[in-house]
Amino acid sequence: MLEDQSNVKAWMYLLPALILLGIFIFFPIFNAIFLVFVRDYNYQTGQFQGFTLTENFRYVVQDHNFRMAMTNTMLLTFVSVPVSVIIALLISVWLNAIKKLQGFFQTVFFLPYVTNAIAIGMAFAFMFNRSYGLINWVLGFFGVAPINWVNLGASWGHAIFSLLVYVTWLGLAFKIMVFLSGLQGIDKQYYDAARVDSASRSRVFRRITVPLLSPMIMYITVTSFIGAFKAYTEVIGMFGERLGPPGNDRALITVVALVYRSLDRSGVPGALSEAAAASLILFAVTLVFTIINMQVSKKRVHY
Amino acid sequence: MEITLKNLTKVFQSKKEEETVAVNNLDIVIPSGTLTGLLGPSGCGKSTTLYMISGLLRPTQGEIYFGNENVTPVPPEERGIGLVFQNYALYPHMTVRQNILFPLENVKMDKEEALEKAQEIADLVGIGHLMNRKPKQLSGGQQQRVAIARALVKSPRVLLLDEPLSNLDARLRLQTREEIKRIQRETGITTIFVTHDQEEAMSISDEIVVLREGVTQQVGRPQEVYDKPHNLFVAKFLGTPPINIFDARIENNRLMIGDANIMKFEGKDQEVTIGIRPEGFKMVEKSSFQVEVEFVETIGRDTTLIIKHPNDESKRFRAIVDADFGVEPGDTVKFNVKPHKLHVFNKETGEVL
Repeated sequence: MLEDQSNVKAWMYLLPALILLGIFIFFPIFNAIFLVFVRDYNYQTGQFQGFTLTENFRYVVQDHNFRMAMTNTMLLTFVSVPVSVIIALLISVWLNAIKKLQGFFQTVFFLPYVTNAIAIGMAFAFMFNRSYGLINWVLGFFGVAPINWVNLGASWGHAIFSLLVYVTWLGLAFKIMVFLSGLQGIDKQYYDAARVDSASRSRVFRRITVPLLSPMIMYITVTSFIGAFKAYTEVIGMFGERLGPPGNDRALITVVALVYRSLDRSGVPGALSEAAAASLILFAVTLVFTIINMQVSKKRVHY
Repeated sequence: MEITLKNLTKVFQSKKEEETVAVNNLDIVIPSGTLTGLLGPSGCGKSTTLYMISGLLRPTQGEIYFGNENVTPVPPEERGIGLVFQNYALYPHMTVRQNILFPLENVKMDKEEALEKAQEIADLVGIGHLMNRKPKQLSGGQQQRVAIARALVKSPRVLLLDEPLSNLDARLRLQTREEIKRIQRETGITTIFVTHDQEEAMSISDEIVVLREGVTQQVGRPQEVYDKPHNLFVAKFLGTPPINIFDARIENNRLMIGDANIMKFEGKDQEVTIGIRPEGFKMVEKSSFQVEVEFVETIGRDTTLIIKHPNDESKRFRAIVDADFGVEPGDTVKFNVKPHKLHVFNKETGEVL
């Protein structure tokens, strides 16, 4: 009789969520796909000049701004995610090993997570300030002349380096929390056993801690990759709507920022189709890397 | 490897500065090549003692010697011990082979040699055909053998087992305890294991150490400890069904329970506690030790009489007798007591008289 049960009730429970998802997620996705394949779409009138398969993609791929946005996004993702995962792993292993003040440090490391990203971005911008920033002050002790990280006329290289430091740091809090809870779930006896088996510290880390933590590492890596591909707030937080140091506007534009900015030009026919093309490309890239991540995890993750 | 514990003491301190003496002044010599059981109820300090021998716990006081070497300051990784944890602590992400190889890789043994050694040990414990499995794919008994193989593969000087049988079901427990005995015999390695199960300890140990609240009660061969308990605690702890306890007195060199004359016993007149093993009763025609049978249990070859306790009507005691006597509930039976199954203890201290 179980199978005959009507599932009207279940659908009723799901309905509110389905309606909201439909309006704000599914419709925009299908709309974006539609936009990509039309010519000269007019935002105000909804009119367009026939269909095209590749024109919008071709236009976007050749666009200088899009290439820059893609470069910045990729760099942010492939530097900040691995670096912050490794640093978070080391910090959480260290946190897990100490007994005194563990709770205190746990709070300290988690604070950034509950703090506004924009506010932290401003603080970092100040730290990288050429004249009175903390970074140049410290470097000064080592005899390094003040570097123009984020101020007027700063180079793309210096600016993105500053952004990378900020993004990496911003990602630590949540990762540390997840890793720490994972570490605390590992049976202490494995470590006692490894100790009796004369395993060195580095071997214990590589052969026991990392494999036993691998589900968490996998989860964090996948979600961080997806998050980093969507980077936008971080750039705004540190550089404001200029998306780059003064005098070098849009130097740090990301794909999402590019899509977002296209709304400013929404009066221009076809502008939204380009934005849709850019976002679909980003979606494809994200999808591909997520699939790669999942494939790797099948071999490397021990549940 | 002879193991000597000298004045071994472990005090645990709680956050509130309360001190718990887990092990108190232990002085034991464990002969080389034997299988020794540390036996006691939970909380008696037996596991603490084992972990101190392993080096994972540091003694508060006292010393541990392996042979003539004082290993007290030596960390566990350099002690040359193999340790089998109560829940085995097999690395879940490694195969059986990788688990067994792990200790060898740590000492950088040649790969070929290590593989050969791992296979040899796996065959010895009877899991040679399971090398590519993960621990989760094994039964409890198999997991335990992997844990033993992992402990043995590096040829330790001492093998330590923490409650090795507690996670196994009854049938497997019987099988595995014989297996442990066989592996110990074949390797000749000095082995110490911890258990709260007296039957387990009695059945496979060459020597048992009975502990209570961190203090040694008695050390000796299992049968010897069973036959000649030093105190009431040891007498009560060993044996199933447990020993029967009676309030008695010595009067004119005779042992009396109430008005019943149990047997001759030299000693000054005093109140005593006596213990009589259930198998220590003999049904006879004439005796002043008369009791009323309440139930009769016949299980296989044994008949157990459940009898009203002479000291207290509400209590019962057990006597195991030959099945030949047709005893019915309600019958009055007369007993003689086998002298070597009876132990007399000081009423206050519980020490044997």
